[in-house]
Amino acid sequence: MSAVAGTAALARLALRRDRVMLPAWILVIAGLTATTASSFAQLYPTVEARQEFATGIGRNPSLFALYGRAFDLTSVGGLTAWRIGGFAAVLAALMSLFTVVRHTRAEEEAGRLELVGSGVVGRLAPLTAALLVAFGAGLILAALVAAGLIGVGLPAAGSFALGLAIATGGWMFAAVASTAAQLTESARAANGIAAAVLGLSYLLRAIGDTAGEHSWLANLSWLSPIGWTQQVRPFVGERWWVFGLAAVFAAVLTAAAYRLVARRDLGAGLLPSRPGPAEAARTLRSPLALAWRLHRAALAGWVAGFAVLGAALGSIAAGVGDLVTDSPQLRDLLSRMGGGRGIVDTYLNATMGIVGVIAAVYTVQAGLRLRVEETSQRAEPVLATAVSRVRWALSHLTFAVLGTAALLGVAGLGAGFAHGLRTHDLGGQLPRLLGAALVELPAAWVLVGITAVLFGLVPRLSAGGWAAVLLFLLLGQFGPLLRLNQVIMDISPFTHVPKVLGGELTFAPLVWLAMLAGTLTAAGLVGFRHRDVGAG
Amino acid sequence: MSAAISISGLRKSFGRTQALDGLDLIVDTGEVHGFLGPNGAGKSTTIRILLGLLRADAGTARLLDGDPWRDVVTLHRRLAYVPGDVTLWPNLTGGEVIDLLGRLRGGLDPKRRASLLERFDLDPTKEGRSYSKGNRQKVALVAALASDVELLLLDEPTAGLDPLMEAVFRECIQEERQGGRTVLLSSHILAEVEALCDRVSIVRAGRTVESGTLAELRHLTRTSISAELADPPPADLGRLPGVHHLSVQGNRVHCEVDTDRLDEVLRQLLAAGVRSLTSQPPTLEELFLRHYADELPAGVGGADADDLGRAR
Repeated sequence: MSAVAGTAALARLALRRDRVMLPAWILVIAGLTATTASSFAQLYPTVEARQEFATGIGRNPSLFALYGRAFDLTSVGGLTAWRIGGFAAVLAALMSLFTVVRHTRAEEEAGRLELVGSGVVGRLAPLTAALLVAFGAGLILAALVAAGLIGVGLPAAGSFALGLAIATGGWMFAAVASTAAQLTESARAANGIAAAVLGLSYLLRAIGDTAGEHSWLANLSWLSPIGWTQQVRPFVGERWWVFGLAAVFAAVLTAAAYRLVARRDLGAGLLPSRPGPAEAARTLRSPLALAWRLHRAALAGWVAGFAVLGAALGSIAAGVGDLVTDSPQLRDLLSRMGGGRGIVDTYLNATMGIVGVIAAVYTVQAGLRLRVEETSQRAEPVLATAVSRVRWALSHLTFAVLGTAALLGVAGLGAGFAHGLRTHDLGGQLPRLLGAALVELPAAWVLVGITAVLFGLVPRLSAGGWAAVLLFLLLGQFGPLLRLNQVIMDISPFTHVPKVLGGELTFAPLVWLAMLAGTLTAAGLVGFRHRDVGAG
Repeated sequence: MSAAISISGLRKSFGRTQALDGLDLIVDTGEVHGFLGPNGAGKSTTIRILLGLLRADAGTARLLDGDPWRDVVTLHRRLAYVPGDVTLWPNLTGGEVIDLLGRLRGGLDPKRRASLLERFDLDPTKEGRSYSKGNRQKVALVAALASDVELLLLDEPTAGLDPLMEAVFRECIQEERQGGRTVLLSSHILAEVEALCDRVSIVRAGRTVESGTLAELRHLTRTSISAELADPPPADLGRLPGVHHLSVQGNRVHCEVDTDRLDEVLRQLLAAGVRSLTSQPPTLEELFLRHYADELPAGVGGADADDLGRAR
């Protein structure tokens, strides 16, 4: 038992540190499911209304790609589980993986675990405490989701099943993160590995869910942890045994993490660090060159991910066209989501909208590097040399600006290739989809501006950049569904991006979005020039 | 020759904390200036203002005839800085950091770099994440010392160095002085200050409480006297100006005397007939302890303070 001594104290410490973050995650996810259910209950109150809605949806693989396979759309519960289940599971997974890495590898990297570890703290205590916190957060999330759904009037069994399915997404990725945290020396890389596994499992599910019933590809959904959370089929004759798969998955990864933590040295990863160059390369002589060294690994990972994402989404697109339906409900839903005329174009517009918001996650991450460098006191030695503050800040913002462009470009090319090859129109589709991806760029750049303004004027609230990108994602995904007021929808820069495929390319919104981004960034830089630099 | 650093009436507060409360500091060109004070006295805040990282609320600060807030880039070409707490980028090697910081400052001398690496026994091929605290400190020191600059701002640069490396550091600073560079050295290591500094300034709670050469400062402090007398000491010994902590046990006397009042006290003792006399000159430790502590408990100013100082 001595190996886990101190777990309770560490868990309390983690809860104290996360007292805002965790409740915020839980409330957003639980609130989202409850609002989705209640808006479906209002929009489609009768079985007939839902039936009509379902006839369209039931044959549309593009929506399967985004949300998962629909098992029963004639009940409000089935509709809710289909529309929100996978998405909420992904959010829960992100919540858990960030929590676990923050209290294990991040603490270790910062050297704080060494201080803590010298107390009466067992070797396995930090990992155990982090997993307990993630597990507890999942339990509360499951309970709140279930309570919300029952409150809307849905059956109790299905409500609990959906709550548990969403929480299970969190638990499985807490386990993924616990192993990833043992493999790398940096928390950033551990988060990256776990997030990549999450992205891959969402893509596997998307490919599997859009494949025909009898295609072998349909089995891919069963390789995806996120797929399992949907295969539970809440409200549609719950298949509780699927939770067994998730439990085995989580148990294996958690056991692996415990084995690794028991073997390795504190602070060390799995791979020993090798000697590097004794002298800097000739090119390492500017803040921009330094920023490149600091951003390149993450950027490479993101670019690879976006290439795969683009190609996967593009390869699905062609199948969508075969299934054009004359359901007015589907048309209505799709046009609210994507606009445009052809169903393939509508699907691609909607897809690119999501790709744009995900790229903005990178934008914020790259922009917030400024704050990371400042609080870790690595900015200070650079600013003590003949480098002006603005030049230093721009060196990192360059990656937020150009890195985002690279991501969208790669995703557009990937989608263009895949879709072009399938439709035998490479020359036509490649530039079209590249363009469709790149129109999202000015909207994503607004996040550079928001991050820069927060960093320059209210540095303590820099993390608000994450809140902004999450808000824009939720508005884009749930705004049309909830029929939110246009004024609220207009908050998100992504609302203003023209639907270029099958629609018209209007330059005005792109120009003013870019100008807004530029103005915000300039304001942030001016603020940064006039404030104190330091950890405070 | 004008002052390399001249600060007067500097004020800076963080929220409700008053970090600097009218600090004055003059560092002449070409001198090694010791900057001393207890933790939280405002030394690092002062250095950060000189680097233009923080903006002073009030008062004036001039650095190499420039404004440290406005003329950041031009001034920084002429100075190098070693922070007290060095954090390195985990994926850059020490050698890369040294080169990068040197180049950002305007270039560094490769011969000097090589010789410093050897003298500090630093392996430049390791990645930032695998250096110990002392080795991270060495990376910052080599980067600063290998640069061709006029002024070095060192914020507790030897924290974490072993005694051998501490000796190397002292040699290096002596060379810097001979080379005509100005050094502002914030430090707690009194032997280091005594060995290196021409003048010192002592700050407490954001104010300068003492400034001058070590000899001048010594003069301000007390000598401790123990004597065994032939007769009981004169009754008014304790009332003489400059006598402190007097204790009399029969014919034995112990007291502390302001150094500039020694004459009169010794005359009085001689009158009673001196059998034995021990006089201890003020140590640096006593000097600093007097300024570091708010109110010293009785007895800690004499021999006890010496022990405390040595125990550091």
